[in-house]
Amino acid sequence: MRLFKKRPYISLQKSTSQNGPSVPDGMFEKCPNCKQSVYVKALGRERVCPHCNYALRIRAQERLALTTDRGSFTEWNADIHPSNPLDFPGYENKIKQVQISSGLREAVLTGEATVNGNPTAIGIMDSHFIMGSMGQAVGEKITRLFEEATEKSLPVVLFTASGGARMQEGIFSLMQMAKTSAAIKNHSDKGLFYLTVITDPTTGGVTASFAMLGDIILAEPGALIGFAGKRVIEQTIKASLPEDFQLAETVLKNGFIDQIIERKRLKSVIAQLLTLHTELDGGDKT
Amino acid sequence: MTNVMDTVALARKTDRISIRDITSIMIDDFIELHGDRLYRDDTAIVGGIGRLSGRPVTVIGNQKGTSIEENMQSNFGSAHPEGYRKALRLMKQAEKFNRPVLNFINTSGAYCGVDAENRGQGEAIARNLLEMSKLSVPVLSIILGEGGSGGALALAVADEVWMMEHSIYSILSPEGFASILWKDAKKAGEAAELMKLTSADLKELGIIDQVIPEQSDGEWLSKESILSSLKIEIDRAFTKYEQMNRETLLNRRYERFRKF
Repeated sequence: MRLFKKRPYISLQKSTSQNGPSVPDGMFEKCPNCKQSVYVKALGRERVCPHCNYALRIRAQERLALTTDRGSFTEWNADIHPSNPLDFPGYENKIKQVQISSGLREAVLTGEATVNGNPTAIGIMDSHFIMGSMGQAVGEKITRLFEEATEKSLPVVLFTASGGARMQEGIFSLMQMAKTSAAIKNHSDKGLFYLTVITDPTTGGVTASFAMLGDIILAEPGALIGFAGKRVIEQTIKASLPEDFQLAETVLKNGFIDQIIERKRLKSVIAQLLTLHTELDGGDKT
Repeated sequence: MTNVMDTVALARKTDRISIRDITSIMIDDFIELHGDRLYRDDTAIVGGIGRLSGRPVTVIGNQKGTSIEENMQSNFGSAHPEGYRKALRLMKQAEKFNRPVLNFINTSGAYCGVDAENRGQGEAIARNLLEMSKLSVPVLSIILGEGGSGGALALAVADEVWMMEHSIYSILSPEGFASILWKDAKKAGEAAELMKLTSADLKELGIIDQVIPEQSDGEWLSKESILSSLKIEIDRAFTKYEQMNRETLLNRRYERFRKF
């Protein structure tokens, strides 16, 4: 058990302190991107750095409030809990601890809501829960999100934020990539619209499955988007990587996302895209 | 008590049955097909068409190489995005001509590099997962040596997944796993014990459907003997799946992955 006395998730610690006050009086926070001090009120409700425009990592509930119409959200499958399919030692305790510290049950929140009046299924990943990593519960909730949206003929808006696979669930975590992608295919084959919004960070198995499968893919400024981790690549190629490597701005140039949208404009752009697709759907539905 | 790292070492041996053995011994009239039609030909993945027990098949597999030169040339079986896109092109072609797809996996994972990222490694893998889930011909995937990460899964969304007795299939290499969880790649041995990556463990968990024996009564079987019994098994599986209508085939494949 000595292994589990260490704190293996350094990034989680970092994210927690990001949202809490990082100076004693809570007046200033340090932007994790440009490292400048920011007056908290200047971050605004959207939590965007006024110096570098980086959109800070926010919690699923904050995202929900920024994106959906007040009171319109109904949660789906809230009762799906993480399991321990490999009987990985210490994993259940870790889950309990993270559930307490994060106030979340798992790394994704799913349900249906309206965005400026447009009904949609919606999923929001939260990097505050074991780095948004995907295990069975996350994969199951996302699969059901698409299955239920397919049944109800709803579009899906999915905010991704994930370090990739949930290591402790091993091969079962890998299988979630196939499971979710197959559900997206069924949704897509019904002519339904899937909008991905990639937020910081989106990597590994989530990038290599549902994050890259949207009909339209948006990203937030400065979001890290990649498959392999920077550290792993640096070790493989034995060289350091350019600063803009795997940033949304680079990924846009490389042709893998449609647009980078500032957080302030995101809700109206999502609504606009939903409207454009609802009109087409409406024709054969009603 | 056998050590799981011994299995990992066996799975990584360079003299294992390779895609080249398959295409020269098991497949008749094999014709290799190159390129993804988008960027270049990725030699980490070999693909082509030929016959298995008389029926035309599309055969795709990771090429690891048996010498340093071959390894360098084929990137140790770790594909760039264009490798997965070539595989998908050949699978879509198989669908058009209604021939089954036979995939052979031997990779530690998708290649981790700057070019691979810039050309959309994640997108290429994701696209394969999505398209393979609805490929309307029988798909069979067999793990020959290492089956690592999304790079292996990108060829393994199949009606059945089989493993050679001494192959491995996992979310990541034991070294990578230990490095991520404990920031110490030297704990690979401990990781391997916990990961359930052997063919026996994965069969028990229902992740794979069949184990292909490499030994009998403790004796190693020859490549020829393994391949001739494997060929019979593959023929039997394809015969079974060819009789299914498209809808049943695709529903079964959906349910196969849905249950995880």
